[in-house]
Amino acid sequence: MKKIVLMGNPNVGKSVVFSRLTGARVVSSNYPGTTVDYTHGRTCLGEEPYEIIDAPGTYSLAPTCKAEEVACDMFSEGDVVLNVIDATNLERNLLLTLELLETGKPLIIALNLWDEAKTTGISIDYHALSDLLGVPVIPTVALSGEGIKELVDNIGYARPGTRLDLTCDEEKWQKIGCIIKEVQKVRHRHPTPLDRLATASIRPVTGIPMAIGILLLLFWMVRFIGEGLITYIFNPLFDLYLPVITGFSDWLGPGILQELLIGRLFDGEIDFVQSLGLLTTGLYVPLAMVLPYIIAFYLMLALLEDSGYLPRLSTLSDTVFHRIGLHGYGIVPLFLGLGCNVPGVLATRNLETRKQRFIAATLVCISVPCMAQTAMIFGVLGPYGMGYIAIVFVTLLTVYLSTGLVLNRIMKGISPEICLEIPPYRIPEPGIIAKKTWMRIRAFLIEAIPYLFLGVLMVNVLYLVGFLDWIGALFAPVISGLLGLPPDAATALLAGFLRKDLAVGMLLPLGMTPQQLVIAITVLTIYFPCVATFAVLFRELGIRDLAKATAIMIGVSLLAGTLLKLILIGV
Amino acid sequence: MGIPISELPRHKTARIIELVGGHEFQRKLRNLGIREGKIVRILADQPFGGPVVIEVDGRATTIGRGMARGVLVEPVE
Repeated sequence: MKKIVLMGNPNVGKSVVFSRLTGARVVSSNYPGTTVDYTHGRTCLGEEPYEIIDAPGTYSLAPTCKAEEVACDMFSEGDVVLNVIDATNLERNLLLTLELLETGKPLIIALNLWDEAKTTGISIDYHALSDLLGVPVIPTVALSGEGIKELVDNIGYARPGTRLDLTCDEEKWQKIGCIIKEVQKVRHRHPTPLDRLATASIRPVTGIPMAIGILLLLFWMVRFIGEGLITYIFNPLFDLYLPVITGFSDWLGPGILQELLIGRLFDGEIDFVQSLGLLTTGLYVPLAMVLPYIIAFYLMLALLEDSGYLPRLSTLSDTVFHRIGLHGYGIVPLFLGLGCNVPGVLATRNLETRKQRFIAATLVCISVPCMAQTAMIFGVLGPYGMGYIAIVFVTLLTVYLSTGLVLNRIMKGISPEICLEIPPYRIPEPGIIAKKTWMRIRAFLIEAIPYLFLGVLMVNVLYLVGFLDWIGALFAPVISGLLGLPPDAATALLAGFLRKDLAVGMLLPLGMTPQQLVIAITVLTIYFPCVATFAVLFRELGIRDLAKATAIMIGVSLLAGTLLKLILIGV
Repeated sequence: MGIPISELPRHKTARIIELVGGHEFQRKLRNLGIREGKIVRILADQPFGGPVVIEVDGRATTIGRGMARGVLVEPVE
């Protein structure tokens, strides 16, 4: 089967074209570096089946970061190259095109964002461009699907194109200059109020207050939507479920099945959070406590991503990130990590050096709680007031910054400066937002529920065989001595390796004071990533750096926990 | 005779005359459309040694201050 590989600069819409061609769902957004890995898809073009590969964006065939390396590897696998070009940015996109032409592989060009080029006053004679390059050029608007049919009809006509025999970059740029002169006309356009707003959002004096406002609004929206879903949808549903499961529990009667499925009863009643049975806590935690916040968070994240605001936020926060060995792009792993640490760690592939990737990945694992855990933190600490939640997050922020400062000092290697293209603002498409949010919710449901079941099951089994008491006694000097927590908290820390949300829930029945809860939750966030993140960390960093990162995590968690204990509880 | 773009006053437009730096640095900037002969404008200037946002061909790009020092320009009317 022939392989078609999609190549193009970052943020030109390759993933959207890929979705259009294959019907497969992949995440796309309005900032460079959304795709960090390749995706395969299949489609039939005419009679012939094709395999289509979506690759990360790259500016040239000489990669400068891990994501670009993936793109270049994928390029060598392709039989046909579909070069996606940003029509609003033709000139700089053509460098890669010339490089692709040099390789002699059959090529076809999708001139994407055609509508945006038109509205910004850019007109391109694509027939002339096709003649000059010797390959088919099809204008497309991948978001709306315009031109995709023509693209499909023409893929069979992809061909090696004109050999230009240009030796150095300088010659290529000169050639590109000639091409542009011939095919492109730009009508001068006066800045609109929207342009002025766009500029205001990137200038420090106006941009920083706007950023604070936007972040506060997002936070408030996540809480508002999350709480609303819990109060008006999920809790009423579980109110209906309670009599059913209570009847089932009575029918089962005391015994090992009741222990496993229903869990402990409190005054003869089921407590969805504390019972720790598969059909009680195993369902209630992921569905009624975590899912509502996951929905709310991913909805807001999608809006943030698709509007094009993230690169602006990167620019405004660059100075801070620079101090900790990263640059402004570090905000992308941070934000994705707030949803789930796995994509957070993967996003570090866009950073240029090993040092930056190590620092960014370690910091995400150490001090960025995923949304599942955050939801549980709100659920568990919320009743004691926002003050305690604030202590947890201020501590995590302090840990993020101070660990970053230290790592930047002691780690060898260089931290290059930011060099980031700022895409225009775009109004997010409701359909795309809904699809993307749903994809991420689905991934959560598929991954979270099995792990939660496994976690609940493991805790029950280990509890029955007495292993947990043993663990509690073993770690008592650390848990009780250093951190001032009841020995049973060791159990939660152990379960945290499987699912952090479950682990936070398991702290509830221990009857701790809010101060102890704050310490336990903070340590639980820092000490170790969950097993899914751990696996990705291993793949991205390799065994040696993973060992280093793990040592840092355990060290920092004990230090932060001990300090918190001294401050909150005293000696 | 050119001045670093980091010293160009805001709102002033200028023409890039030279990129001073290593091969990788020049390549990276040219790939982003920042190259000799282009007309540029400073859109924003972040404080405390932060990056500058420059506009070339209607597209904004954020580059670190160190990099900006290597982009030499001459003001145009």
